[in-house]
Amino acid sequence: MSKRVGIEVSLGVSEAVKLCNADVVAAYPITPQTHIVEHLSELVANGELDAEFVPVESEHSAMSVCCGSSATGARTYTATSSQGLALMSEIVYIASSMRLPIVMTVADRSLSGPISIWNDHTDAMSIRDCGWIQYFVENGQEAFDAHIMAFKIAEDHRVILPVMVHLDGFILTHMIEPIEFLSQEEVNSFLPEFKPALALNPDKPVTMGPVGVPEIYTEVKKAQEVALKNSKSVILEVWKEFGDKFGRYFNPVETYKIDDAEIALLTMGSFGEPAMLAVDELRKEGEKAGLIKLRLWRPFPIEEFLEATNNLKGLAVVDRAITYGTTGGPVAIEIRNVLYEKKDSIIINDFIAGLAGRDVRINQFKQMYYETKEAVKNGKANEYKFIGVRE
Amino acid sequence: MKWPIKNINEIKWQDLELGGAITEPGTSKYYKTGDWRSFRPEIDRSGCIKCYFCYVFCPEGAITIREDGFTEINYDYCKGCGICAKECKGKVIKMVEEEV
Amino acid sequence: MATIEKITAKKLPKEEILSYGHRACQGCGELLSVRLITKAIGPDMIIANATGCLEIVTSSFPDSAWRVPWIHVAFENAAAVASGVESAIKVLKRKGKLPKDRNITVLAFAGDGGTADIGLQALSGALERGHNFVYVCYDNEAYMNTGIQRSSSTPFGASTTTSPAGKKSIGQHTKKKNLPEIAVAHGIPYVATGCPAYPYDLMNKARKAAAIEGPAYLHVFSPCPTGWRTLSDDAIEIGRLAVKTGVFPLYEVENGKYKLNVKSRELIPVEEYLKTQGRFRHLKEEHIKIIQEEVNKNYELLLKKCECFG
Repeated sequence: MSKRVGIEVSLGVSEAVKLCNADVVAAYPITPQTHIVEHLSELVANGELDAEFVPVESEHSAMSVCCGSSATGARTYTATSSQGLALMSEIVYIASSMRLPIVMTVADRSLSGPISIWNDHTDAMSIRDCGWIQYFVENGQEAFDAHIMAFKIAEDHRVILPVMVHLDGFILTHMIEPIEFLSQEEVNSFLPEFKPALALNPDKPVTMGPVGVPEIYTEVKKAQEVALKNSKSVILEVWKEFGDKFGRYFNPVETYKIDDAEIALLTMGSFGEPAMLAVDELRKEGEKAGLIKLRLWRPFPIEEFLEATNNLKGLAVVDRAITYGTTGGPVAIEIRNVLYEKKDSIIINDFIAGLAGRDVRINQFKQMYYETKEAVKNGKANEYKFIGVRE
Repeated sequence: MKWPIKNINEIKWQDLELGGAITEPGTSKYYKTGDWRSFRPEIDRSGCIKCYFCYVFCPEGAITIREDGFTEINYDYCKGCGICAKECKGKVIKMVEEEV
Repeated sequence: MATIEKITAKKLPKEEILSYGHRACQGCGELLSVRLITKAIGPDMIIANATGCLEIVTSSFPDSAWRVPWIHVAFENAAAVASGVESAIKVLKRKGKLPKDRNITVLAFAGDGGTADIGLQALSGALERGHNFVYVCYDNEAYMNTGIQRSSSTPFGASTTTSPAGKKSIGQHTKKKNLPEIAVAHGIPYVATGCPAYPYDLMNKARKAAAIEGPAYLHVFSPCPTGWRTLSDDAIEIGRLAVKTGVFPLYEVENGKYKLNVKSRELIPVEEYLKTQGRFRHLKEEHIKIIQEEVNKNYELLLKKCECFG
């Protein structure tokens, strides 16, 4: 039976991984991911999780160990953050190309320099194009549930791709929240045993990761791209099955008070909650405000996003990373692209906010809203700006 | 996928194994390296003392030991490096220039 | 450890793990090393291969020279990928998903660049963690795959494309990094050097390395006709000279005990070795003297180790 416990979100994630009966966990410590892997090593040490915990000497090796173990047919998990993600990024790209269904938690944290241990999405955006399924969670319960679904999605033979679960460092990883735990029986009834589609086994030798000569590289990439695009239907199916079974639903694009909204804020990850409060206040002020929380980042949920933005006149994108020297943050650049057909009917304003744990207050979310409203009135988007920067 | 691949330029992305893996072992046997050779080793078995140096030292694995204990060169793959001739204990392997 | 059957000319394993049709240069010492090592261990293995010559010439799609499961991920991580494979085998056996009595050897292959330079950290980590695997460094003393650039395993005096000999340089001006000793420093159960010019020594070491529980490190001197500027039939002769001059002594360290495997009453002058290769052609007498002194010093030190820790 499910039970509700008050627990640090990181530990909740570890417990979810334990319930998924991961075979191999390879990890290198980095703030703010540490509590996740500490607790996993403890679960292994206590015999509560029968897994190999590989305490590697770097994140690069963490992802490399994961590739080796996943390719051998073991359910494989790791977690990292920031510089760790950057260091392993070479292998992150290869894991998806080799179609290895690894699950990784990223406790999102800003990239150096300057060095910062605090939360934003500069690490996540640095590996935007790595070919993994990537989604963001907003609270402890979602973090717990997300991992159980992640293994099921990754290992589905219609998918066979690695899955990255993003949760905001500190803001989420270090919070103590009530989480409704699933029992082992419940998880077992949802998540089947891992059956690799292709594995290293002397009984059936296979050559994995051969040279992609020019005559074949394009075809390998096309197959990978199609796999990621097609994964969306399985993601939705798994999320629905989870919801039907346990009563908690995930949607690729979560919305709040969007139906009659004219202008909406757009957030990813833990900024969803303060943004909701801002929307509530705006509503009290008589504004037709709404909120879009983008959960599924890759594959990008194009149809669902278009639907959510159908009636909007303006969108205030809260970007938690920078794309230097161009037209704004990575999320806004993408959103403009997706909404290109609607460019005459939606004004998109981009706000770089909440870098390295910088607080974004409810008033500031409201400010983004009102600036976007003004832009809608003027019929012209503003240039992207940094929120709260002193100048 | 079915090996051998007759023409790599005819493989569609749908044909590929997961991650572009090669699921048949040892498909390099379909790639014959014998035409790299400009000199061919020839064994004079009358003087062969079956030291097997040619077999052991062949970087291609293109030399086999026959049932009668003599060695044999697979010219489909022998690149003609000449190690077998140079290392042969009985000096019974000669490198002969290939005719063009 | 089970008793290991010795490989001799009369007891040669027939099965070839590495198929012909690979695209290595004519007379490649590295492919010969790999052929002999895999042959000695047999087909129950999984290989993790670093980027490099071996990976390129054996896995050009759609032609794989491998008759055993083989994985290539990247350049610097063969030891880490092998760690993952080994960890998976361990846990899958424990959980009954692989037969418990199945003895699958996990083998990592990397060149000297992938071992001494870019892969050193991953190797050190894997050796320290104690994975049950065999790491083979096929040492051809430079980055041959990318075009003969120097590595930290390139010997003093060798001319490479990034340590070229010139008016103001004798070529590589640093000493060759001593990888086997770095492996020994990890306190692992088995470290050995090998050379395909001594095929039975090499094959038996590979067998022993595979049979020993825990990490084993094999450092294999692999002459490269292309990079060393020699003829295509020279690899064996040069390997033999490297051993007989003391440039590359064959020894093993089993649980801390040193043993010299090929003993010479007197070392051949190092010049005999150097003059076989174009990469040393520019060296003058005074440089050869420096190399000779260094070889003598290292050889003596090795003899002392064998004497004290034998």
